[in-house]
Amino acid sequence: MKILIIEDEPQMLDNMRDTLEQERYLVETASTFAEASFKIGSYDYDCILLDIMLPDGNGLNLLKQLKDLGKEEGVIIVSANDSLDDRIQGLNMGADDYLPKPFHTAELNARVQAVLRRRNFEGNKYIEIGNVVIDPESRSLTIADKEVILNRKEYDILTYLISNKTRLVTKAALAEHVWGDHIDQADSFDFIYSQIKNLRKKLENATIKVGAVYGIGYKLELD
Amino acid sequence: MKLLNYTSKYLAFLLLAVITLWALAFYYAMLDEIYDSLDDGLENQKILLLKRAKEDPGILDNNDFNKHVYSFTPIQQQQYENHQERYQDTLMYMINEEDFEPVRIYESTLKAEGRYYKLKIITSMVEEDDLIEDLVSYLIGLYFILVLSILVLNNLLLKRIWKPFYDLIAQLKSFNIEQKPQITLTPTAVEEFNLLNTTVSELINSAHKSYNEQKQFIENASHELQTPLAISINKLELFLEKNSLTDDQLMHMASVLDNLGRLTRLNKSLLLLSKIENKQFQEAEPIDFNVLAQECITDFKEIAIHKGIDLKLHATDGIQFKMNKDLARILLTNLIKNALVHGKPQNPVTLSIANKQLKVRNTGTASPLDAELIFARFKKIGATEKSTGLGLPIARAIAEKYNLTLRYTFDGEHTFTVQFPK
Repeated sequence: MKILIIEDEPQMLDNMRDTLEQERYLVETASTFAEASFKIGSYDYDCILLDIMLPDGNGLNLLKQLKDLGKEEGVIIVSANDSLDDRIQGLNMGADDYLPKPFHTAELNARVQAVLRRRNFEGNKYIEIGNVVIDPESRSLTIADKEVILNRKEYDILTYLISNKTRLVTKAALAEHVWGDHIDQADSFDFIYSQIKNLRKKLENATIKVGAVYGIGYKLELD
Repeated sequence: MKLLNYTSKYLAFLLLAVITLWALAFYYAMLDEIYDSLDDGLENQKILLLKRAKEDPGILDNNDFNKHVYSFTPIQQQQYENHQERYQDTLMYMINEEDFEPVRIYESTLKAEGRYYKLKIITSMVEEDDLIEDLVSYLIGLYFILVLSILVLNNLLLKRIWKPFYDLIAQLKSFNIEQKPQITLTPTAVEEFNLLNTTVSELINSAHKSYNEQKQFIENASHELQTPLAISINKLELFLEKNSLTDDQLMHMASVLDNLGRLTRLNKSLLLLSKIENKQFQEAEPIDFNVLAQECITDFKEIAIHKGIDLKLHATDGIQFKMNKDLARILLTNLIKNALVHGKPQNPVTLSIANKQLKVRNTGTASPLDAELIFARFKKIGATEKSTGLGLPIARAIAEKYNLTLRYTFDGEHTFTVQFPK
C-alpha cells in the first residue's frame, strides 16, 4: 500500500508518517503544493492525506488536479480549519473523508484503513482476525462461525480496536470515535470501562482479546 | 423629563416672575400718569373758574358739592397766604354707583373780587381696585397665551429641529455590536447635530471594527493552536506505543494526555463559539427535535448509566424547527451534558417536549444558581475541573443565533428551557 502525505508542518508530517509506517505502508511525503503536484502527476498512490492549507497553494486545487488526471486515489483531507464549507467543498470535489486537526493516531489509522478497504478490497468484503469475522456491510460478527450479537457501540469499539490491532488506543480516542465529537465534555471517560467489560464477555470464545493499558486505554491482542 | 418640556417648565416659571414684576411696575407707572393727568385737569378747571368768576361772580357763593364739582369758601388773608396747594384722595357717595367711590379733591386758594376764597374742586378718580382687577386678568391671559405659544412652538418647531437627535438615540437604543450596525443618520442643518452624527458613526464603526478583529483574533488563535496540539498529542501517543513504561510513568503520561485533551476541547469550544458568532453555519434544514432528542439520549445512555442517572424523554408535543443540524445537536448535547455533569447520581435527568418548549431538568444543588452567571464564559459553578466553562455559553449563542430563548429556572430542580416559536 502506497500512501502520500501532503503536509507542510514537518513535525506533523513525522508523526503521521511514523503512525502509518508502523502499519507497514509505504509512505511518501510532500510538504509544498508544487512538490505534491509533481508527485501526484508522476506516481500512483492508494491513499493521499491532504492538508488543504499549504504555503504555496490551496490543497483543494490538488484534489481538482487528481480528478482532472482521472485518478482514483482515496483522499482524506486533513485540516486545522475545521470549517463546514471546507468539509462540504472537499467532499463534493471527491475527497473520501475529512479529518480535522487535532486527531488521535488511532483515528488516522482507522480512517486510512476504511478508505483503503473501500478502494482496494471491494472483492473481499469481510474483515478477518483470528477466529473473528466481521461483515462491515451488515455490521455483523461471527466468532468461530457462530454469530454474536453486538449493539451499535460495541460493534464500533471492536472495529476501531481491530483497525488499530496490537496498538494502543487511548480512552479519549475511543470515546471520540464511538460516541462522537460532542460527547467529549462529559466529565470523564470512565464510562467506557463498562462497555469494554460487556465486549470482553462477548469475545469469550474469540482468539482476540481486549487488553488494558494501565490508566490510558486499550489494546486489541491476538492470542 | 424631555428636554423640550424641561426648558418649557423653566420658561413658564421665569415668565411668571417677569410678568409679575412687570405688572407691578406697569401698575404704578400707569397710576402715576393718571394722577398727573387728573391734577392737570383740576388746575385747568381752577383757571377756568377764575375766568368765570370775573364774568359771573355769583359762582363764588357756591359752597355745595351737590350742585357743582367745586365749592368756594371765604377765608382770611392770613389763611390765604399760608395755604399750600394740595391734592387729597377721599371717598364720596356716588348715586350712579350707589356706593362710596374714590374722588380726588384739589384744594387751592384764590383772590377774587378783593376777597379771599378757598377753592375745592373734585373729580371722580380711577377705581384702583377695578384697575388692578383688569390688569391682573389681562396679564394672566397674556401669561397663558405666552406659555401656550411656547409649548406649541416647542412641540412643532423644536421637535422638528431635534428630530435628528431623537432618531439617533432611538437607533442607539437598539444598537447591538454583535450585529452589523445599520445607523442611518438624519440630515440636519444644525451643526451640533451633524457633529454628533459623525462622531457617533465614527465611534460605532471603530467599535465594530475592533469587535470584529477581536472575534477574528479568537478564531485565528484557535486555528493556530490546532497544529501544535495535534503534534503534541500524536507524539505522546507514539511515544506510549513505542516504550514500555511502568504503571507510575503511565499514570503521568495519562495525565499529560488528559490535559492535552482538555486543551483540545477548550480550543474546539472557543473555535465553535467564535464561528457561531462570526455567522458561520449558514446551512439550515428542518430539524425534528423529538427524533434528535431520542438520538442524543441514545448517545448519552452509557454515560448516564455510569453515573446512575435515569435519562429519559417525555414528549407530549412535536417540535420542528429549521436550523443547522450540527448546531441543533450541539445545543441539545450541551444541555444534556450539563445536566449529567451537575445532576446527582441516582436522580433522573428529564428531557421534555411540550407546548413548543424543550426542557432539560436535573437535580443538583438545593438552591438556584445565578441565571446570568451560568451563561457567562468560563464561569464554572461547582463544576468538575474538566468542564470547559463554555458549554452553556455555546448553547445560548446557538439559541440566540436562531432567536430562540434559552432560560434557566429553578423550582427545586434546575431547568433549562428552550422556547421555540409557536
